[in-house]
Amino acid sequence: MESVGDLERDLEGMREYYSQGKTKEASWRKSQLKGLLTLLKEKEEDIFKALKQDLGKHHVEAFRDEIGTLTKSLNNALGSLKEWMSGRKAILPKIAVLSTAEIVPEPLGLVLIFSSWNYPFGLSLEPLIGAIAAGNTVVLKLSELAPACASLLANTIPNFVDNKAVKVFQGGPTVAEQLLQQKWDKIFFTGSARTGRLVLSAAAKHLTPVTLELGGKCPAVVDSLSSSFDRKAAVKRIVVGKYGACAGQACIAIDYILAERKNISTLVEMMKVIIKEMFGGNPIESHSIARIINKQHFLRLKNLLEDPNVKASIVYGGSLDEDHLFIEPTILVDPPLEAAIMTEEIFGPLLPIISLEKIEDSIQFLNSRPKPLAIYCFTKNKSLERRMISETSSGGVVFNDAIIQYAADSLPFGGVGESGVGRYHGKFSFDTFSHEKAITRRSFLTDFWFRYPPWNAHKWQLLECAYNSDYLGLLLVILGLKKPRRGSYQPAYSH
Amino acid sequence: MAAMEETKVGVDADAASRLVKELRDGFATGKTRSYQWRVSQLKSILKMAEDHEHDVVEALRSDLSKPELESCLYEVAMLKNSCSLAVKKLKQWMVPEKVKTSITTFPSSAEIVPEPLGVVLVISPWNYPFLLSLDPVIGAIAAGNAVVLKPSEVSPATSSLLAKLVGEYMDNSLIRVVEGGVAETTALLEQKWDKICYTGNGRVGRIVMAAAAKHLTPVLLELGGKSPVVVDSGINLQVATRRIIAGKWGCNNGQTCVAPDYILTTKDFAPKLVDALKHELEHFFGENPLDSKDLSRIVNSNHFARLTKLLDEDRVSGTIVHGGKSEKSTLKISPTILLDAPRDSLIMNEEIFGPLLPILTVEKVEDSFDIINSGTKPLAAYLFTSNKKLKEQFVMTVSAGGVVINDTVLHLSVAGLPFGGVQESGMGAYHGKFSFDAFSHKKAVLYRSFAGDAPVRYPPYTKGKLRLMKALIGGSILSAIFALFGLSKD
Repeated sequence: MESVGDLERDLEGMREYYSQGKTKEASWRKSQLKGLLTLLKEKEEDIFKALKQDLGKHHVEAFRDEIGTLTKSLNNALGSLKEWMSGRKAILPKIAVLSTAEIVPEPLGLVLIFSSWNYPFGLSLEPLIGAIAAGNTVVLKLSELAPACASLLANTIPNFVDNKAVKVFQGGPTVAEQLLQQKWDKIFFTGSARTGRLVLSAAAKHLTPVTLELGGKCPAVVDSLSSSFDRKAAVKRIVVGKYGACAGQACIAIDYILAERKNISTLVEMMKVIIKEMFGGNPIESHSIARIINKQHFLRLKNLLEDPNVKASIVYGGSLDEDHLFIEPTILVDPPLEAAIMTEEIFGPLLPIISLEKIEDSIQFLNSRPKPLAIYCFTKNKSLERRMISETSSGGVVFNDAIIQYAADSLPFGGVGESGVGRYHGKFSFDTFSHEKAITRRSFLTDFWFRYPPWNAHKWQLLECAYNSDYLGLLLVILGLKKPRRGSYQPAYSH
Repeated sequence: MAAMEETKVGVDADAASRLVKELRDGFATGKTRSYQWRVSQLKSILKMAEDHEHDVVEALRSDLSKPELESCLYEVAMLKNSCSLAVKKLKQWMVPEKVKTSITTFPSSAEIVPEPLGVVLVISPWNYPFLLSLDPVIGAIAAGNAVVLKPSEVSPATSSLLAKLVGEYMDNSLIRVVEGGVAETTALLEQKWDKICYTGNGRVGRIVMAAAAKHLTPVLLELGGKSPVVVDSGINLQVATRRIIAGKWGCNNGQTCVAPDYILTTKDFAPKLVDALKHELEHFFGENPLDSKDLSRIVNSNHFARLTKLLDEDRVSGTIVHGGKSEKSTLKISPTILLDAPRDSLIMNEEIFGPLLPILTVEKVEDSFDIINSGTKPLAAYLFTSNKKLKEQFVMTVSAGGVVINDTVLHLSVAGLPFGGVQESGMGAYHGKFSFDAFSHKKAVLYRSFAGDAPVRYPPYTKGKLRLMKALIGGSILSAIFALFGLSKD
């Protein structure tokens, strides 16, 4: 890691480059985005290898969740860039003749992106796409917990994009702290709420706007489903939404399930069947489930199961392989609500199911806990659907599926409360790295003399009509046909 | 009388915590979610403003010696307009926005649903104490939140009036006013809010954001800066001058966040501009502006001292070309123009927020853009010119919260434009629908059917599934079909 002096010189250089205006050009932005597309195509094999090394991620999962979604986002940005960059007109009141108003997006300047280890490519490049599309210069800080991926990105990005405008840093908390002490025009952070607070505090010193993509305990509320076809589809989506999403190490992975007591045993049995179908009898051999990122997280997860009451609630799985950092798909039924597994974000392949008397109780359950990044609700009951939307709060809500909202460009992706501040994906990425500048253009020709002091009752009347868009009143006042509402205005006198 | 005195008792950390809990409980009942509740509260604000306009004028006269017309138009009328717009458009704003979905989530439908954030804190300033207290509150209520308003203690008459009126007209289980100064604000800032809106200066803005950071609370900061006015030659000088004067001295005597702070013009044009300003100033405020009733006074002796100090600075006082008169007993300072005060003087580096207008001359008018960009980004930037190319260059290169060509200040009254700063001048924006958005969480909702279940997503992972996924992501139906039939090239 460079010294603080070197860092400051680098950043000065980037600001200087930005002020030359290159990054504002549409052609520059397009060339950078195309560069990233080329990177993904040419380095696909290397990316798969790195993800396998850091996380034991299967390459199809890697494609589905990282390379595929990034490709989609890049194509979307390239296709929509022109539209995003053009301003939009604002409506003016009719009295503002010969005036125009519009909102024009402009880049913020020099932005800092903190990526995470669980989707090291996705969570680095997805915000980078937004920052570049919006015309900024970018510093990207990769997570040291996924070292092979960080190394690959640090070595390849400079070869595919303009490295005067995009710089990549590897390293741990010390590097992060050094970066946070600098002044940025925006900070984009993906990670935990605890670190999110530190980022926000550092940003406050410079009044830097921030987007925080945090996490939370994303629940899956599973209602009774009468059709067995629906039940099967639901269970498949739940299983892949937990164990198939980086082994549960995803901010939008299903954290726990809420279901009516009477449905739980069926649910569990179906899950066991589907787990075997998807991952085979001995999941570690399928190589289809990621492993736990490192020993620290492995022990954290192991600890969650130490509590004897929690251990007793395990109904499937529960075996841990410390040497391979592998935990098999595990299901628990009704662990104690005060246990850490039910108060902390799990971020691993342990799936508690909490039983309720009636499914509607889930609403109160959710409202008494911090707002999650996503609420998943599997139901065909329209009334429950409506209540879930209007009576709970979360970053987003998905009905009858999980995780998939990540791939929807037209939906904002972000949290609320403890799960985050701000949003991105699609145009929201562009917006999050832009300043929307309000522009008003006036003509000299239309000058209302009654705007100016010295004030008198007549001018007041005219102004009032103007303010209320009372055009008829305006005309009447000018013609002397409208009586003033107030008594006569006293001219200036000294106290 | 007794009731009003009670509200003046300082709120400490315990009281603040109880207050927030009370409002959270109120919010949890779901009352604020209903359209009826929100509209009824907004209508109460309208009624409050209509019934008590006279009281507002008196309070503003007491706090700022604000001319009656400014109070009625720039505070009361603006607030009423903002409120009427919200009442008119609320139903529309509350409707979820349907969005298109693509092949990656097919089949599905999606919408973005606005929901309230919860309990919000609005901290308002002293210069437009009525408008800038209630305008954000309108947005907060429209979006369905419970609100605590902390008006500025530097404008005590208005603060007191707001406490009384909100107490009388609004639903006190969900909307409250807390009066007080630094101690009370600190106690409030220690609590967990779902959003904080602060209008004021950058120093306190940082304090607010740091306090918010502890609770991951999002903030809307409406700050300030030195809003420059670039004046080109070849313009209608009389109209331009009037608009500059109206924006500077006609708006609370320069104590406005978007007031023209200083002027940039060419060496050649400066004398003409100074003459025009002097001429129009006399029309507006008479020969003895200290006697004019159409000028606000300086809010208090602190700011009066601050402003006179700016003029007294060593190499600055010699550059005064007009005005420079002040009267400590009435806290009045006359419209003052300076020509080429030194670039490193305080008056050229701090936000003036008063009736002093420095003019900085440059060789060519384009040079002014670099000068502006070398400073921190202001809340507003103004340009007077007839040159189309210059206009476009200005818009493209000068970064500010908002830009106005050939006028000043009035972009605030355009409800269709977001009002907010960038970098040092603030973060976030409001006015019109932007107010509703600022106090809402836009929740993404995706509806999926069980029917379209693509096995492609699920393990066990196979080459065929990968091929199909690639084809789908690529958006090519043909490749997708090929892949389905196992007819792909790779």
